Amino acid sequence: MLTDIQKKLNSGQPIDRAEALWLLEKADLLAVGKLADAIRQARHPEGRVTFVVDRNVNYSNLCESKCKFCAFYRNEGDADAYLLEYDEIFAKVQELVDHDGTQLLMQGGLHPTLKIDWFEELFRQLRQRFPQVQIHSLSPAEVTHIARLSGLSMPECLGRLHQAGLASVPGGGAEVLVDEVRQEISPNKIGWKQWAAVMEEAHGLGMRTTATMMFGSREKPADIVEHLFRIREIQQRTGGFTAFIPWTFQPDNTELGGETASGIEYLKVLALSRIVLDNVDNIQGSWVTQGSRLGQVALFFGANDLGGTMLEENVVAAAGVSFRISQDELVEMIRGAGFTPARRTTEYRILQEY
Amino acid sequence: MEKELQVIAEKIERGERISDADALTLFRSHDLLSIGELAAQVNRRKNGERVFFNLNRHINYTNLCVNQCKFCAFSKVEGESGGYTLALDQIRDKAREALKAGATEIHSVGGLHPELPFEFYLDMLKSIKDVSPELHIKAFTAVEIDYFSRISGKTVAEVIRELKAAGLGSMPGGGAEILGQEVRDKICPEKISGRRWLEVTEEVHNHGLKTNATMLFGHVEDYADRVEHMHLLRELQDRTGGFQAFIPLAFQPDNTRVPGAKGVSGVDALKTLAIARIYLDNFQHIKAYWIMLGLKIAQVALCFGVNDLDGTVIEEQIGHDAGADSPQILSMERLIAMIRKAGKIPVERDTLYNERKAY
Repeated sequence: MLTDIQKKLNSGQPIDRAEALWLLEKADLLAVGKLADAIRQARHPEGRVTFVVDRNVNYSNLCESKCKFCAFYRNEGDADAYLLEYDEIFAKVQELVDHDGTQLLMQGGLHPTLKIDWFEELFRQLRQRFPQVQIHSLSPAEVTHIARLSGLSMPECLGRLHQAGLASVPGGGAEVLVDEVRQEISPNKIGWKQWAAVMEEAHGLGMRTTATMMFGSREKPADIVEHLFRIREIQQRTGGFTAFIPWTFQPDNTELGGETASGIEYLKVLALSRIVLDNVDNIQGSWVTQGSRLGQVALFFGANDLGGTMLEENVVAAAGVSFRISQDELVEMIRGAGFTPARRTTEYRILQEY
Repeated sequence: MEKELQVIAEKIERGERISDADALTLFRSHDLLSIGELAAQVNRRKNGERVFFNLNRHINYTNLCVNQCKFCAFSKVEGESGGYTLALDQIRDKAREALKAGATEIHSVGGLHPELPFEFYLDMLKSIKDVSPELHIKAFTAVEIDYFSRISGKTVAEVIRELKAAGLGSMPGGGAEILGQEVRDKICPEKISGRRWLEVTEEVHNHGLKTNATMLFGHVEDYADRVEHMHLLRELQDRTGGFQAFIPLAFQPDNTRVPGAKGVSGVDALKTLAIARIYLDNFQHIKAYWIMLGLKIAQVALCFGVNDLDGTVIEEQIGHDAGADSPQILSMERLIAMIRKAGKIPVERDTLYNERKAY
């Protein structure tokens, strides 16, 4: 099986679901790693590993979705529920700009009352105050929710947000794009088809997005494979994904609880992502969920990007994992693995090599 | 695979020993996965798919130490707040707890205490054996043995004989750090020399006690220092055969006084474990010490030539004082699951690598 897969990949053919499942379940970690590494080398022969200087701003933790894997959300009336004022958000973005940051990743919950005007006004002001920062914000679930609250269709809502300054959409909330799994872990969240619809709509408007996968909760190996192929199929239609980012469920303080995926499981899924997603340029390693050591090792299992420096991160930290890393450490980490570190924009334009 | 690696791969294929120059080539290569595959091949030949662990408890009997090694966040000088020395009763209690928790081994090392007489250490061993003669005591480093000889006026051979008679079963292999003197002068100038460490260890082996060998890496040493370190161990092992496992310890920089030391990256950790597996052809076991590597990297290391994950380790102090963020206790279930998820067979062993139970 391995040699057949290798032959296919060498001749530039895609592998099928059964082959992907075999790689995930049966193949040796290093063998899968080598396949992914060869693809990474062919796609990024310059040996660069990129990152973006960014900040996550979570405008609110109030959320009606109440996903069982989430440790971040709060209910209305909770003592620690919050909604940031515009001024607080601007202060945070100012700090980002002071650090030469170029990307604002702003996400919150599915807030019970915030309608599109709140976001439009916010984006307009942000764009005016910080033209150097790309507003890479919200997620398909939020866009859908804001549309519903505002009495708009999803395309109308997304179009207006885009007009107001939303430049690109992060691929969060994808979790596992199989509705049986979503039923178990996030029953109130949009189904996989709605997730895909928002992404395709965004791509149609000329916005780039990323795609994520959160695994290690209740899904089966076949669900992971299905997720990857669904992303691949959307990408075939639109070409709008800049990157794919698999990360692992973090169980602390969540309703689901249990264990996180092991290091080997993470690396294997990452490598498989590189192999299956032959139409997505970039695969991100997740030092935020894996720590800097495994984050670095990920660079040999298909990852060519380490995401953001994350001046602020709250969601993963709420689930009991808080790895902090400075830009210098990130640069050092990339160099130590034998690659050239480079700072990039949200859309993967190189700003500076180190 | 790079050409230079290809030559080494052929040696490994033929079961030949690799040279110091080969080891350096591997360290300088960025082909992490090829190095991993070579190490996995060597390990498969030696140990198949079995991965060992044991059930142990650490007892760090004192943190008072007359040496002030710069890499250490554990030691205290006499009178400093936070200094402690366990009484024999406390040691006995901990041994009892360990026995109750199913441990088969007590792992006990401490600082070089300024005042305790040699008899204390003999009494300590006897106290643990009083709790249960079945508990294996793996204790003391060559540094402590040398110190006992100096404080007691006895020869090293006499010290070993008396410790052995009191219940010492084997030694864990600490204090080796980096054996090259230039590095020791920088990080632990007061500690016995590398040569002395090797002499004492050889004497211990000659008395029929097994030991491990460690290497503290990721501070001021370079690749050549690591290779020299492994060279000296391989040479000694050729003479005595007394080493069981080689244990590379990832330096933890927090709360220590080694200027400029950054600690060990994930790639460096895996590479070092893999190269050790390839180079130390006369060592049966390579251990990933998860306390200092973290659980994720320790598990991944099982695909890079490692065949031992140490133990469940109740209450580790030394690595945690230096900022290790691994848990202080690892349940057996979790350890077994980790090994299984690597596609390997978990085997509980005793200290001397006799199989107790395969899972």
